[in-house]
Amino acid sequence: MDKLTALLAGLLFGAGITLSGMVNPMKVQNFMDIFGSWDPTLLFVMAAALAVTYAGYQLVLKAPRPRFALAFIIPSLQGIDERLIGGAVVFGLGWGLSGFCPGPAIASLVFGYWPSVLFVVAMAVGMMLARHLFLGTDETKSGG
Amino acid sequence: MDQLDGHSFATAFTPLSGLTGGILIGLSAVLLMGGLGRVAGVSGIFGALLGRWTAGSTWRVLFIIGLLAGTFLTSRLGGFDSDTMHFPGNPLTTVLGGLLVGLGTMLGSGCTSGHGICGIARLSVRSIVSTAVFMFFAVATVYMLRHVIGA
Repeated sequence: MDKLTALLAGLLFGAGITLSGMVNPMKVQNFMDIFGSWDPTLLFVMAAALAVTYAGYQLVLKAPRPRFALAFIIPSLQGIDERLIGGAVVFGLGWGLSGFCPGPAIASLVFGYWPSVLFVVAMAVGMMLARHLFLGTDETKSGG
Repeated sequence: MDQLDGHSFATAFTPLSGLTGGILIGLSAVLLMGGLGRVAGVSGIFGALLGRWTAGSTWRVLFIIGLLAGTFLTSRLGGFDSDTMHFPGNPLTTVLGGLLVGLGTMLGSGCTSGHGICGIARLSVRSIVSTAVFMFFAVATVYMLRHVIGA
């Protein structure tokens, strides 16, 4: 059941970013173009996703443990540090430049357009660089 | 589809499919937490797969397979027309964007899904700050691209 749950969660996630049009990087970049051809759709996607996740987390986190695993793995890092801020700045620059964040970029691979492939390969290289240059570990501490 | 360097295309505001898609993303996050006790953060899930194979790799691979299948099926069933896709910039900005997104999400421990949805839904201060920062810099970047450099 744990395997089926992971597959189903991925399926829902893919359906969501595709139906909402977020898999199209031009639509996402237009969301950021507040002073130009603004497309506010992403705001509605985020609001709906947040509302459902907030309500759903309240429910499922009441249980002593997840249905098919031993414990809830919640990111434990606390406090605002340079890594958090610096990472967000760099991510924001790349997201604005390309219109792609990790979820939609990976999802868009199914359409077979070469910019998707180029982006995902470069993203993987960036992640491995970050790990070797700054984190000095193969373990990811990432929550998202 | 093509990369028409420097050109941008208006896209239609689609609040209803936006809300519906958002609900599906939320359900995914709740299912993954309730079922496996995990955060539905794509940069974390994908990034962990770039290292050695561990016990936690199986669910992550299955999530990514589901993500691809969900995208494929949704477009096949008429929920999205991939012919309407356009990729901003040129091959150079695409590669640079990918590098920055990879570096930034790994350093900052998360992206739009992990911080922007799952983290904020837990009212995590780190996630709220991160999301405000990356949103601001994304908007500033597009402003520079489209209204300063490209003006």
